[in-house]
This record gives sequence, C-alpha cells and structure tokens, in this order.
Amino acid sequence: MPTRIHPLLIAFTVVVYLFLLGPLIIIFGASLSDTTYLTFPPQGLSLRWFENIWEISAFRRTIVTSLQMAFLGTLIALIIGIPAAYALNRHRVSLPAWLSTLFVLPILVPEMVIGFSLLRSVTVQMGVPVWYALLIGHTLLVIPYVIRVVSASLASFDFSVEEAAISLGSHPAKTFFTIVLPNIRSGVIAAFILSFITSINDVSVSLFLTGPGISTLPIQLLAHMEQFFDPTIASVSVVLMMLTIVVMIIVERTLGLAVVAK
Amino acid sequence: MKRLAGWMLATPATLAIALLLVIPVAGTIGMTFGTPGQGDWGIVQPYADFFASNFRRRVLWRTFEVAGYVTVISLAAGLVTAYVVARCPAWTKSVLVVLAVFPLLTGVIVRSFAWLVLLGREGMVNQFLIWTGLIDGPLTMLYTPGAVIVAMVYIFVPLMVLVLVGVLENIPEDLLQASSSLGAGPVASFFQVTLPLAVPGLIVGAVLVFTASFTSYATPALLGGTRQMMMGTFLHQSAMVRFDWPGAAVVAAIMLAVILATVLVMTRLAKRLNPMAT
Repeated sequence: MPTRIHPLLIAFTVVVYLFLLGPLIIIFGASLSDTTYLTFPPQGLSLRWFENIWEISAFRRTIVTSLQMAFLGTLIALIIGIPAAYALNRHRVSLPAWLSTLFVLPILVPEMVIGFSLLRSVTVQMGVPVWYALLIGHTLLVIPYVIRVVSASLASFDFSVEEAAISLGSHPAKTFFTIVLPNIRSGVIAAFILSFITSINDVSVSLFLTGPGISTLPIQLLAHMEQFFDPTIASVSVVLMMLTIVVMIIVERTLGLAVVAK
Repeated sequence: MKRLAGWMLATPATLAIALLLVIPVAGTIGMTFGTPGQGDWGIVQPYADFFASNFRRRVLWRTFEVAGYVTVISLAAGLVTAYVVARCPAWTKSVLVVLAVFPLLTGVIVRSFAWLVLLGREGMVNQFLIWTGLIDGPLTMLYTPGAVIVAMVYIFVPLMVLVLVGVLENIPEDLLQASSSLGAGPVASFFQVTLPLAVPGLIVGAVLVFTASFTSYATPALLGGTRQMMMGTFLHQSAMVRFDWPGAAVVAAIMLAVILATVLVMTRLAKRLNPMAT
C-alpha cells in the first residue's frame, strides 16, 4: 500500500514486537545459565539444565502422557470430526441449524468449566480411569478446531466431482476416500497441527483431570514452579519453543502459515 | 435417505459433545440450585451466598477489572500494530505475521513463566530500574493485579494483532483512495473510513480477549497467586484444594453466564454496527 506511515506508529510497532519477543529471548538465555537459580544474562554457559529435563522422571513421564493425549485426542477428533464437517457441508439442508452451534460449544464453554464438569461426572460419578478421562477432555477440546478447519477446506471443494464419480458407479464411501479426502488433505493436516498444539499447551482442562501418577507436561511445569525456581523450567520452555518452530516450518513448507493465522 | 446419511455422519461428534460436554456441564449448573424453602432465597440460595461474601464479590469484580483492562490495552496496542503491519510491503508483512504467530503457538505456561522471571525481586525489571536510579530498592511486582494485567496483555496482543490484520486487509482499498482523493488526510481517513469499517472486527477481537482473560487460570495462578485470586484460580481452589464442589459449581455457573452473555450481546452489537450490512 502506497500510503506513508507516520514514524511514531512504526516506532510503536517496533516496541510492541520487542515486548512480544524479548521475554522469549530471555527464557532462551536463562536456560543456558550454569547457575542453580534463574538469571539473565546467563552466567557461564552450560547445557546441564537440558540434561536435567530427562533426569527428572516426572518430566519424562508427563512428556510421554502429553504426546499421547495430543496424538490420540487429535486422531479421535479427526475420525469423528471429518464426517461431521462433511455432513455439515454436504447435507446442510437436512440437518438442524443448532448442530453447528453444538459443535462450537467446546470452545464457547470456558475450559475450566468443562474440566470441572468432566471431573465430577466422568472421573468421579462414572469412575473412568484418569488416563481415559484426560483423553476425553483433550478430544473434546480439539473437536471444534477439526470441524472448523476441515469445513473451511470442504467449502472450497467442488462436490460435482464427487457426484460425477458416484454417477459413474463408484461407491459413495470409496468415493470419499479416493476423491474427497485427497482434495481436502491440506485442511486435514492444518486441523491436525492446530489441534495438536492446542492439546499440548492445554492447562485448564487437564488441571482437573490429572490424577495420581498421571499428569501432562504443562501441569507438571506448574507443579515444579511451585517448588523450584531453577533453570529447568526455562530449558523445558526452550524445548517447547523449538518444537513450535519445527511445527511452524512444517506448516510453512506444506500449507503456508496463513492457515494458522486464520 | 440423504437425511439419514447426513445424520449418520454427524452422529459420533453430536453424541460425543452431547454426552461428554452438554450433560456434564448441565449437571454442574444443576447442582448450583438449592432446595426450595431453605434460606431466604429458595433455590437461588447458593448464588445469594456467593454474592453475600465480600471475598467472593471481590474475586468476581477483580476478574472483571483485570479482563477489562487487558481487553482495552490489547485492543489499543493491537489496532495500532495491525494498522502498521497491514500497510507494510508483502514480505515485511509476512515476517511480522510469523513473529506474531510464534508467541501464539507457545504455551501460556511458558509465556507466563517469562514474566515470573522478569518481574521477580531480583528480576530484570527491578535490576534495570535500580540501575537507572529510578528506585533505590527492588519493588514488589509479582502477585499484584498489575503483574497479571501485563502478562495477560503480553499473551493476548498477538491474537489481537492477527485478528485485526485480517480485518484491516478486508477493507476495500478503493474506499481509502476515494477518501484521500476527496481531500481527507491519513488521520481523517483512519477515523472516518477505516475505524468505522473495522468496528465489527474490533468487537470480535475484544470478545475473544475478554472471554479468554476472564476464564484464564495459568497466568493469574503464576503471577497473581492466592493474593490476587480471580474466577479461574478461585474455581480451581474451591474444587481441588478446599473440595467445596457446590461452591465451585456456583463459580463455574457464574463464569459460564458471563461468557455467554458477553458473546450474545457483543455479536448482536457487531451485526448492528456493521456499516457494510444493508
């Protein structure tokens, strides 16, 4: 756009970006410190706090649980979410209007309320084991993202292609897997990544559903911070940020980051 | 036949949300009502108890205050930033968008933790202020409403920037050209063309940030602690520390009511204030 921007506005934007990125750089620096307390700039460089992540068994276990929840939760959400998104696009006229409202409830209802309600009903009343209750929570949490992103991708799919295949004798189910699914592949990948990140970072739902011996990484980080103030937290944060960067590069290479920004 | 196919495909997701979200949440709301005839207030006695407590009223009011400040500050900072970003050349714009997406994808715990390090007694902010000579000894910044607000603004500004960049980019360029060819300067164009057209988007951004900060847990827990209890931390404390589940259910119900009311009222308002709507 040709309009010139006032230098003060540019200066303000620079300050906002420094504010956004500065603290993350400080965490990075603090994770490299050789001291037993958190400090910036780092004093003496060492990677010992990164080794410490693996030496603390609670971190090892919770990283595994977090990855399980993110993978399985997202997978189940895709399995039940893709057909729902397809039905919403293909059979909209024969489905009631409240259905799409129902599908956004997991992001409309505060996560804390969902977490507490699941604790009361699923964990306590129904006696579902902690691990499964956590999985239920994580699956619910990401269903709206799957349905929304896959729907957006189905909205630009030309269903006459599918109709042509069916009228030429292809079975509707087979047509879905050979014609529709390959065409919405990028939407499915985007949904997977968005859900995975949402699940891995979740605090408010997991908070109520973790139990003895079973916890997720963010909850373990909170618990660790209450007792210790050492650079381990900073190094775990750096590992998580690296993971984010890797994910962003994959997204950029395959789909372009515009999908996440939406 | 087609009707049946549509329903069959939507059934698993519908059942999952109905059975595992709607019914449990309805159960939580159900348990907030007392028995009729008990107390002065009958079935709404538990709510009367909530509002009768000074401490609880303060928690609710503090949550409104913090969420309000966070929303207004994020809106102002986000609008200016998004205005500049939307006007940058394509390459710079995509770099700036990526730089805003990155913090957004980093967890809340990590981002709140950064402020725990910065605002501590020995933290960088205190060290810097002492170095400049502005203060003599370290200030207590953690566990104050200010610390919670700063960290939450930090968490929500990227979201606001991304939402508003999208909104500003959707404003047709010819409207701005028309306005400047009719003699309006950039400031007049901004206030008379850009801003009114951006109002529905600003409302969307404000609703997102307000609801997220009103219901957040991690940031108030880490930077506000038990001294600056907010609805999220209070719900957790009631349910998991004091095991007062009826009390926790009332907190959850009030939280839900505030969120639903905000979303309903604001989406109506956004529709009414949309100058592009005919």
